[in-house]
Amino acid sequence: MKYELVMGLETHVELSTNSKLFCSCGGHGAGEEPNDCVCPACSGMPGMLPVTNKKAIELAVKAGLMLNCKINRYTTFDKKNYYYPDLPGGYQITQYFNPICVEGSVVIGDRTIGIKQIHIEEDAGKLVHDESTKTSRVDFNRTSVPLIEIVSKPDFRSADEVIEYLETLKSNLRFAGISECEEGAMRCDVNISVRPEGSNEMGVRSEIKNMSSFTDIRDVIEFERVRHIDAIERKTEVLVQETRRWDEVKRRSFPLRTKETAEDYRYFPNPDLMPIMIDDAWIDEIKASLPSTTNEKAVAYEAMGVLPKEAAVLANDRSLSNTFDTLIDKNIAPKTAASWILSDCLALMKKQGETTLNINTDKLAEIINLVESEKIIRDNGKKILAALFENDIDVLDFAKKNNLYTLTDKGLILATVKKIIAENQAIVADYKSGKEKAFTALVGRCMKELKGTADPTLIKTLLKQEL
Amino acid sequence: MKFFTEIDNTGNIAVDDMILVKDIHATAGSKMLENFVPLFDAEVVTRIKNAGLKLAGKTAVGELGLSAFNGNENDIPCDISLNVDLNGTPRRMAAVSDKIFIKPTYGTVSRYGVIACASSAETVGVTAETADKCAEILSLISGYDEKDGTSLPTEKYVYNTNKNVADMKIAVLSDITNKASEEVKTQIEKTVSALNSKGAEVQNINFELSEAAATAYTILMCAETCNNISRFDGVKYGHRTADYKNIDELYTNSRTEGFNLLTKTVILYGSDVLSKDKYDTCYDKSLRIRRLIAEKSDEIFENFDAVLLPAGSSFEIGETEGTFENMVKEIEYSSIASISGNPAVIANRVQFVAKKFDENTLLSIAKSL
Repeated sequence: MKYELVMGLETHVELSTNSKLFCSCGGHGAGEEPNDCVCPACSGMPGMLPVTNKKAIELAVKAGLMLNCKINRYTTFDKKNYYYPDLPGGYQITQYFNPICVEGSVVIGDRTIGIKQIHIEEDAGKLVHDESTKTSRVDFNRTSVPLIEIVSKPDFRSADEVIEYLETLKSNLRFAGISECEEGAMRCDVNISVRPEGSNEMGVRSEIKNMSSFTDIRDVIEFERVRHIDAIERKTEVLVQETRRWDEVKRRSFPLRTKETAEDYRYFPNPDLMPIMIDDAWIDEIKASLPSTTNEKAVAYEAMGVLPKEAAVLANDRSLSNTFDTLIDKNIAPKTAASWILSDCLALMKKQGETTLNINTDKLAEIINLVESEKIIRDNGKKILAALFENDIDVLDFAKKNNLYTLTDKGLILATVKKIIAENQAIVADYKSGKEKAFTALVGRCMKELKGTADPTLIKTLLKQEL
Repeated sequence: MKFFTEIDNTGNIAVDDMILVKDIHATAGSKMLENFVPLFDAEVVTRIKNAGLKLAGKTAVGELGLSAFNGNENDIPCDISLNVDLNGTPRRMAAVSDKIFIKPTYGTVSRYGVIACASSAETVGVTAETADKCAEILSLISGYDEKDGTSLPTEKYVYNTNKNVADMKIAVLSDITNKASEEVKTQIEKTVSALNSKGAEVQNINFELSEAAATAYTILMCAETCNNISRFDGVKYGHRTADYKNIDELYTNSRTEGFNLLTKTVILYGSDVLSKDKYDTCYDKSLRIRRLIAEKSDEIFENFDAVLLPAGSSFEIGETEGTFENMVKEIEYSSIASISGNPAVIANRVQFVAKKFDENTLLSIAKSL
């Protein structure tokens, strides 16, 4: 029998706010040393009350709009009760009864993945286990850092779809400035079941908690697929609805708890936080701040004649696409702009260890225009760009001082061409016997003699004429 | 006369031990917090200090302010104290000791820096010898506080005792009054006569929902308290057991040793009503009853300026470490104002409740008696 996978994802990402969800401590667990980014509120001291970070609400709405969700005009925060040392209050503030966004969708390839809801919640702290003393210590820096959980419908049928969905989410969220989605900061719970192909019934579900590496996600899906099919066909085990964890070393999943032993989180509305009303004006304001999604950008760039692969790279990075858009506004041809950004700027960024492109676009356009109008050859343009990456140079002045302008003195070039022909009779003979490469060699030698500053077209013309 | 915790013998105002004062022990009457020293002042303390008043000391409370009585009415040597009204205890204590106590409308006084139990109901109020003093101090401590998400937006409230009782219509809640002791009923009758003699019109009505209010309030209060005090787990501060081998034992033994029987009962009751099986029939239903009580109150206050009812079942002071049953019995008298968030005043050893933001009616009645 043929089987199909049925999967749903719960994806947690951190919101890019300057402060925590309910206090003014720096966001993103900003501390360097353990517990240096905590206050009485986020460390669970008595007497402290939560005050909602408006920016977090705004970013969650933004995520909802981006994922085609309905924004709930009335949204509430609730308390989820459980004891764990990294949870200082003994409860987590989350959205259980009235999540901020519902009923959205994400398009991947030719399929649409439904989004059930997006809700906001606070992160927990971190336990540090010390094997030598057999003790555990708690670091509250991450406590109350704002997260959104994006809950998909059980619409995935393959690991490829899951990965493509996660990559799409990641680039869209980064692009809109909603989340940095840094390495490991995007965490998923994967719900997996298997059923005979064509069936409408749901199989027994396993939930694999806390996955972040795409490789692990791919592997756990395959592991679970085989395990479920083996259980159905060969009765290797009786499947039960359970929560499992992935063992990165053993490369297999293990049961954590079954449905019967599942905790009752005793959710209830948080009486310390008033319901939040989101009106149309606020939504419109957030909508206006929304960039076109990367997917739309990529399509637009392709339509301008940029290669699909290049368009995708440009669209996926906000700093690159912003630079590209600015160059287009300055009347640089799309293909030319893409080439300068993707080959030259990216290489220089890599060399400097930068992850975002931060360059004076006026000066970049000036360099490109000098090359395009053949006043400077491309290689020299690169040299100026490299200098611009180091210092805020004056482009024309730098080119002049470093002799980077293209030599157009016909007399001097002609004299050089004549000299090279005289000195390289063997190559000239090769050329005359039909070897095309010999011509290129002669051009190279002329160029070298003129220290690389001459107009190559002019050299070629004069060389042909003299030969 | 002595305070539970002495602060300054030239001081003129006390706060109870649920209210945080920077660097002064805040025990909340519990072994769990016997060594807890807060890092900051409650907002009401800041406002008191900013007004140039000095704190004399802290008065004792029953553990977490849960019990119906705190047995320390003689503990207040100065005229004024700020008390957290959770289960109506300061109202009951004012009735017993014949003081004025005003519980303002929920949301008018910041709860920042108050050790939280029932977040949706508890309110800081003022105990004093006179209604004018209550009005003066309440004016100082009330008004919007950005640090409290439930604080109402009005920047400043001004309270006074200037209303004329002769213009008022007051309803005695007969059904609740009839449940109280003879001594309390006599006190209600005396108060009615006094109001009549000032020209007020007094009528008897039945509230009908007082048992529902008490049950719903108890459910909400226990659930919220159970949740709020789960932070006292022996991990970060407060009492930690000496006897543990793993984290579960640390939690269980610290809390077993740190809390008294009443608190433990509240925790069990609160956990139960929030469980999946009972959420709809207990917790959610209580939220609906809360709305019902608010509607019923609004209806009454369309026709009356205030209602009159006992502050408690008797004038006897119960034990500080009271029982759950006793707490629930007394809650019936306090729950109407607690669950609706309406203001209440204790004067002449009885309780008056008015519509939201109408503290001045209550304070004026108090002054007239």
